[in-house]
This record gives sequence, structure tokens and C-alpha cells, in this order.
Amino acid sequence: MNKYLISGNSVIAEAAIRAGCQCYFGYPITPQNELTEYMALHLSRKEGCTFIQAESEISAINMVYGASIAGARAMTSSSSPGISLKQEGISYLAACELPAVIVNMMRGGPGLGSISASQSDYFQATRGGGHGDYRTIVLSPASGQELADLTQRAFDLADNYRTPVIILGDGMLGQMMEPVEFHKEAPENLSTKSWALKGAKDRPSKIIKTFTSNPNELEEINWRLFRKYRLIEREEVDYETYMVEDAELIVIAYGIAARIAKGAIKKARAHNLKVGMLRPITLWPFPFKKIQEISKRVQYFFVFEMNMGQMIEDVQLALEGNGEISFYGRPGGVIPTPSEVFRILSRQYYQKGLNR
Amino acid sequence: MLIKTIFSGFGGQGVLSMGYNLSRAGMLEGKMTTYLPSYGAEVRGGTANCTVAISDEEIASPVASSPEFIIVMNQPSFIRFQNLLQSGGVFLVNSSLVNIETTRGDIEVVEVPATQLAEELGNTKVANMVMLGAFVKKSNLISIKTLIEGIKETLGKTKPALVDINKKALNTGYNLF
Amino acid sequence: MTIKTVYKRPKLLKERLFHYCPGCGHSVIHKLLCEVIDEMNLKERIVCIPPPGCSVFAYNYLDIDMAESAHGRGAAVATGIKRVSPETIVFTYQGDGDLSAIGTAETIHAANREEKITAIFVNNAVYGMTGGQMAPTTMIGQKTTTSPYGREVNKEGYPLKMSEILSVVEGTVYIERTAVNSPKNIKKTKKAISKAFQVQIDNLGFSMVEILSPCPTNWKMSPIESWHWVDKEMVKEFPLGVIKDRIKVKKC
Repeated sequence: MNKYLISGNSVIAEAAIRAGCQCYFGYPITPQNELTEYMALHLSRKEGCTFIQAESEISAINMVYGASIAGARAMTSSSSPGISLKQEGISYLAACELPAVIVNMMRGGPGLGSISASQSDYFQATRGGGHGDYRTIVLSPASGQELADLTQRAFDLADNYRTPVIILGDGMLGQMMEPVEFHKEAPENLSTKSWALKGAKDRPSKIIKTFTSNPNELEEINWRLFRKYRLIEREEVDYETYMVEDAELIVIAYGIAARIAKGAIKKARAHNLKVGMLRPITLWPFPFKKIQEISKRVQYFFVFEMNMGQMIEDVQLALEGNGEISFYGRPGGVIPTPSEVFRILSRQYYQKGLNR
Repeated sequence: MLIKTIFSGFGGQGVLSMGYNLSRAGMLEGKMTTYLPSYGAEVRGGTANCTVAISDEEIASPVASSPEFIIVMNQPSFIRFQNLLQSGGVFLVNSSLVNIETTRGDIEVVEVPATQLAEELGNTKVANMVMLGAFVKKSNLISIKTLIEGIKETLGKTKPALVDINKKALNTGYNLF
Repeated sequence: MTIKTVYKRPKLLKERLFHYCPGCGHSVIHKLLCEVIDEMNLKERIVCIPPPGCSVFAYNYLDIDMAESAHGRGAAVATGIKRVSPETIVFTYQGDGDLSAIGTAETIHAANREEKITAIFVNNAVYGMTGGQMAPTTMIGQKTTTSPYGREVNKEGYPLKMSEILSVVEGTVYIERTAVNSPKNIKKTKKAISKAFQVQIDNLGFSMVEILSPCPTNWKMSPIESWHWVDKEMVKEFPLGVIKDRIKVKKC
């Protein structure tokens, strides 16, 4: 058995190295420091690889941008306040169509907030986050194993679509240790990147840029991005369903909250309440169609997030006025318990008369 | 089955190592397990704690709001955690360093003179392993054999000289009852 | 009678009209870069990081690989490229707002890490493209759109001397301040640029050429006046010459 008991932060780092990540640039911030430290220990001396503790999160993301220009698989990680600082760079990466993996182990906000786990950066992650009309792929792991699997997928998605990918975890996933298996070893040689700049040898000189004084040209760039985003929305939606077949009430939750919700649903099922769950694994693209499909049969939805209600807006968009949504959220880094969620959930269940 | 345990004590008492080794043994036995250390602005010599969940099925939350077991290695942890334990839960107390009595009548208190026993073994640092051995016997969650094998693996790499004393300490605690 | 070529358009300068104002230093510096890169035979292994600002369009003129950076982040972007591809010669082209205001941290730390990159630092004492606002390098008393009464020390501080600041950073190997306001200074600038690139080719560490460059439009002067102003005013705060040279020490 090849299982390891390591913290979620270390899982991401190890999975990234196995995915062929050559460059890591970071800046200390709790609760994701183990990731940076793991990279310092295991990536910095690896041949052809680079680890830099940058002078700021802003520099770190721009080093990623530089490494990506040169054709490397590169990543950075931080937690909420640091991710805010990286937004400028993420916007440039999206605009220049450069791949990168950015990890956000969310903590309570706004401001300096707390170092406890939270999901308050959903809007920031799924709406682009920085300036301009762009999206980033957002992956939402809910366990140590998924941290490993999705990290490896993140690098492939970033390369395939030439776009920044965000792994949206949280402080608890980062700190917690769980048994994890790593399925993939580093690819022997990653395909060379056609866009990489290393000097104009045997070809005309090339430019990686976004600025243009011609609005028509920029409009075309935006259309190109938009077409790419449509393709991603068509191809890359991912989710997990849990006991939805006969469910009268569907919980929609992601990441660590989904895990807690699963505990609550088990309790509900033990009380013969027909509750199921849809857990989006990609937060962008969001599983709109799946929710629409479920809503043809199910009337009641229960959105649970560790924030004041952000994903609920996507659920509302998906339902287009069909179905009823109730919401339960705990902001600020408070970790709700499965019993607590079960209590709220069952109250909803009875209030809607679903037990009859 | 889902059993949650909190390990608590002074930083330096090996509290996190108790939890880690238990969780790892759970993994080796093919169980689901999570290990959650307290983190943040920690102070040297301050209190430390961690939570281990062991289960046959997926673990919803690694947090323990009313754990089945709590291990306290020092007095401040005793005061902090005694009310968290679920009714009918087991409270393992390092009686060498804790000299107060619980105010709760609905829990089982198990006194383990871990520090004293470790001292008798010649190294007070293994008080945590004495306690862990006692916990394994009391909880019956995993086998002592797996735990010892696991510790051989992890400690064998970094501090092979300490494997023996740790093993002795685990057996001492295990054979207390 | 034989005809001898004494001057020609540099090979790497694209056949395109400069968009720069008459008297602006950028066009001269672009031309010098093209000449140096060609003479040192670097085209096949050089990448330029141009900034936002007037010279954001540098890619229209220099026939080399270029990747645009966000304002101030040039040194970090260059670091990323250079670490992945150490054989590539990487240089940033940055203005005074870029390198000495918003990008101070990136610049100082890249220099301190002894990154093998080169900064071409164009100091014209104002923010040019945005319309002539005060820069960290604006002269005391100089009027700009955001110091309309003249820069006052007690409110806006002193002109920031980045070359001198960087000279005390251990990782810098070669720093020279030049100007492009006279044929003599232009020649010196060209020499400094090739020296800075050579430092990088030899893998010695961080090199920078600070170039005092006229901005007649925002200085509200004629090109001739602006050239004189560099000599008369700017060099008082920003003396020309080699600020730091550890090439020999590093080579030992």
C-alpha cells in the first residue's frame, strides 16, 4: 500500500511536483505555509527546478508569469489576503493566455480576518477576481485525496486551455492530514510550449502582450477568450452527486462544507429524511445544467457555504426562478458541525412538509 | 463507527506526535482517518492539541465538537477540555502532572501516571507513548502491534536509537490495565 | 570613387515610424539597443520585458522576443524567465515610475538575489504616457501636473536615486548612469548597455544602466531646451558615470 499521511498543503506540493511543476514562487501566509516549505525542501534542489520565496505575493505571481512565458509549469500558493494581491498577475496571465496554477487555501475575511478555514473567496475566484473580462477555472477539492488528484488535473487543464487555474481549498483542508495515494508520476517530458519565449532563434521574433491602442483588436482578443471559456464550460464541468435519486431536498455545497454536509445527510437519512447532495467540483465552470436537470424533479434546494452566501447566486441563476432555495452559512472562519447542519436541514425538511 | 479523540498538553510533551501516530496506525489498518493539529500563533511551551478521527466510512468533519476520548497531559488542558467530552466518554489524565478532580459525574476518568512511568523508564520524553499505549488498550481502536510497527517506520528513519524506548513506553502503558 | 557606409538603420530596428514625440529619448535608446543586440549577436537568445508607459510599444520597433509586464513587475517577470531558461539574456526596459516607485521592491529584491538580469532604466523625471505627473525622480522645484507649484521637499520628498541605492545592494555587479542628450553621451550609453549585457552573459549578477532621457513634451520645452536641461539640471541630482563596477572582483 502506497498511502501517505500528510497535510493537505503538503499533498498539493507533492502532487504538483509529480505533475511536472518546475517552478514554485511563494510568500509566507498562514494557513498554507506547509506548501511553501515542502517546495523549499523538495523542489529547490531538483534539477531544472526553481523555488523562490518572493518579496511579496505580487512578485510571486509575476515570477509565475515569467516562468510561464519561458514555457515552464509554474505555480504559486497563498491564502485569501495574499490572493487579493495576486489578482493583477492573474489578469495578465488570463489575458496573455498563459498557463499557471494558483492555490488559495482560504481563511476568514474580510481584511486580515482570521487564519481559520472559510469559503469567503468564492466570488473572487469564480468571477475572474482581477480587472477585465475573464474567468479562471476553479477546482474545489473536499479531501486530501482530491487535493492530489485535482492538483494534477489543474496543471493539465492550465496547459490544455492556456489559462490560469485556481485550486480553491481552505485552511482546514490545508492543515488536516488524511491518507493519500498519488496516482501519477511526473511526465517524462512535457510537450514544449509553442508560445515560449527564449529568443528569436530559427523563427521570427514573437511578442506576448495585451496592450493595444486599438479597441477593435482588443475586442477580438476578448472574443477569443470568450470562445475559449464557452468551450471550457462545455467540456470541463465536474461534480459529485450523493443520494440524489430519491431525494426531496437537495443540498448544494462544495469543498470542506460539502464534506460536513455529507455527515449531516447521513444523519438525515438515518432519520428517514430523503436528502441528497450535489457537490460542484468545478466552481467555474459551474454545473448549471445538472442543477436544472435535478430541478425538473426536485423542488427544494438547500445551499450551505462557509460564508454569507456567494455560490447561492449561481444556484439562483441555474434554477431561473424554479424551485425554492434556503441558505445556511457560517462566515468568519467558524467551522459548523455535521450535527448543526443536520438540525437546520431537518427543520427545513419539516417546514416544507417533505416528511408527509 | 466514528471515534474522535483529542490529545492535549504542553508544547514539547509530544502531543501532536501521539495523534499523528494513532492516525497513521489507523491508516495502516485500512481505516478512514483524519488528523487535525491546532495551528496558528503557537507559543513555545504553550498548550498544544490535535484531533484524530478514526472511522469505517468517510469522515465528514475532522473537528471534534463532542469527542469520545480526550487525553490531557497537563493541568491547563484538563480545565480547558473536560467539559467538551461527550457524556459517557473517556478522559485519560496524566495523573503525574494533573492533581485536580473532574466535576463531571457522567464520564469515565482513567488516571495514567505517564510522566512518572516514563521517568522510571529513564526518559520523561516518552510519557506521551506511555499514555498512547494506555489509550490503545482502553479504546481498542487499533492494535498495539500496528502502532509499534508504524512508529518503527517513522522513527526508524530519523531517530533509530529511540525506537526501543518508545516501544517500551507503549507496552508499559498498554499493560497498565 | 568608392562609397563607404558610415551609418545605417540597425538591422533589428523594424521599418516603422516611431510614435515617440520629437526629442524624446526612447527612440535613441531603442536604436542603441538594436545596435548592441545585433553587434553582440544576441537576437536568438534575448528576451525584453517592456513596461506599460510610452515604451509599451517597444515591440513595434525592436525585432526581438518581448513579453509585456505589469507596471513595476519587470524584475519579477524577468526572474521567472531567467530561472527557467538561464541561457536566455533577459532585460527589462523600465521608466522611473515603473522601476523606482511601484516596482521598487521587485527591483531591489531581484538585485539582491543576484538575478542574472539587466535593467535598462529610463529616467526622464516624469510619468510620460499618463500626461506628465510627478515621478520619484522629479527634480526639486520641477512643475508637473501633480506638483503644479513645483516639487516641494517637505511635501513630496527628494528625487530618488535608484542607482545609488542599488549600488549598496550586494547582488548588483555593474551600474552606470548615462544620458542620451548629446552624441558623446549617446556613445557612452551604448557602451554601458553592451557592458551590462556582457555582465549577464558572463553570469556575474545584476546589471543596470540608468539613462537620463529628455521628455520635452512633459517638461514643456523644445527638444533643444530639454537636451540642455539634462546637462544643466538633471545631472546635478543624478551625476553621470559608473556608480558601481564589481566586474573584476566577480570574475576572480
